[in-house]
Amino acid sequence: MIDTVIYIFLAVGVFFNGLGSFGLIRFPDVYTRLHASTKCTTFGSIFTSLGVITYGFYHWHVDSASYGVLAIHAFIALLALVITNPTGAHAIARAAHRSGVYPKRAVVDKLKEKGDLSD
Amino acid sequence: MKSALITAVAAFVLYLILTVGTGNILLWSSAEIIAGVFLSIVAGIFGRKLLFKNEDYRMLDPVRWLYFIAYLGPFLFAMAKANIDVAYRVITGRINPGIVKISPNLKTDFGITMLGNSITLTPGTLSVEIDEKTNDLYIHWINVKHKEPEIEEICNGFPKWIRRIAE
Amino acid sequence: MIETFFIVAIFLLIFMIFGVIRIVLGPTAPDRVVGLDTINTLVIAVMIILGAAYDEVIYIDVAIVYALLSFVGTLYIAKYLEGDLE
Repeated sequence: MIDTVIYIFLAVGVFFNGLGSFGLIRFPDVYTRLHASTKCTTFGSIFTSLGVITYGFYHWHVDSASYGVLAIHAFIALLALVITNPTGAHAIARAAHRSGVYPKRAVVDKLKEKGDLSD
Repeated sequence: MKSALITAVAAFVLYLILTVGTGNILLWSSAEIIAGVFLSIVAGIFGRKLLFKNEDYRMLDPVRWLYFIAYLGPFLFAMAKANIDVAYRVITGRINPGIVKISPNLKTDFGITMLGNSITLTPGTLSVEIDEKTNDLYIHWINVKHKEPEIEEICNGFPKWIRRIAE
Repeated sequence: MIETFFIVAIFLLIFMIFGVIRIVLGPTAPDRVVGLDTINTLVIAVMIILGAAYDEVIYIDVAIVYALLSFVGTLYIAKYLEGDLE
């Protein structure tokens, strides 16, 4: 029973991680690539880590306490990942726009119309 | 002084969580507790200006933390929706991108950071730039419907939640 | 169960190759940083998985430190691309 839950978590995680990496190849410019890589790899990593956390807490109950330590540390690593990933994506997008890489096939670009904000 | 003390306590709690299961005093060994007290006092002294800017203690209110936990529900739902949306666009390659501007009227740095991160992780939007004078957000939208969008269209009522949590 | 963790880790390592392809191809510098950022996220996920597979908590501790340091690295590269570093 609990094994099935872990398998489902890991499968969903691998699927979304793969999708994010594939979108990195497929999309045309840096902003759309950021969409794919940030959202999908964060979501996928949440699910693979949830698999590990479930595994740890289940074996904490059954076997020994060291598995519980594993689950707690995995949770903190997941927290660090979820907080830092979107901030990093924002930093890359801002740097790209300020260094003069504009979105391809863009319908509207309010930021370019507004001009430089970097002063 | 108060900010240094609270930062030190927060650092000590994090240290205790990370070293759980090392010994016999409850769950920790005596060496870990002594090292933890010393290191968290050092961290509190050096980091006192990071957690509470200008001696502003509004985030200590437990009601805000309860709202934050309640906020995780709609947020995770929106995040799952975002991923299915991106999956659709990766497979079909159907995009219509552009950069639009919204004015969420949030005042504090913490609120605008939280809104920016939430927007980045939810459907089809990515925060690109913040105008620090007016707190306007410039957002890369992968499927532009209007050139002057409403706030609700982009961020699913997140500003209402964040105003309760962070303002 | 242990074998499943290894299979997942191998899949994630294969996905890193896409990131490497983007770093090699990427027409602009920000594209290469996006590839690097994706690889960093996948490395953290693999470290967590391998920590469970080998039953070693130290792998996950390294993953926490790696997450925070790669974040600082990304911020510095972004700052450099903006041209703020004199």
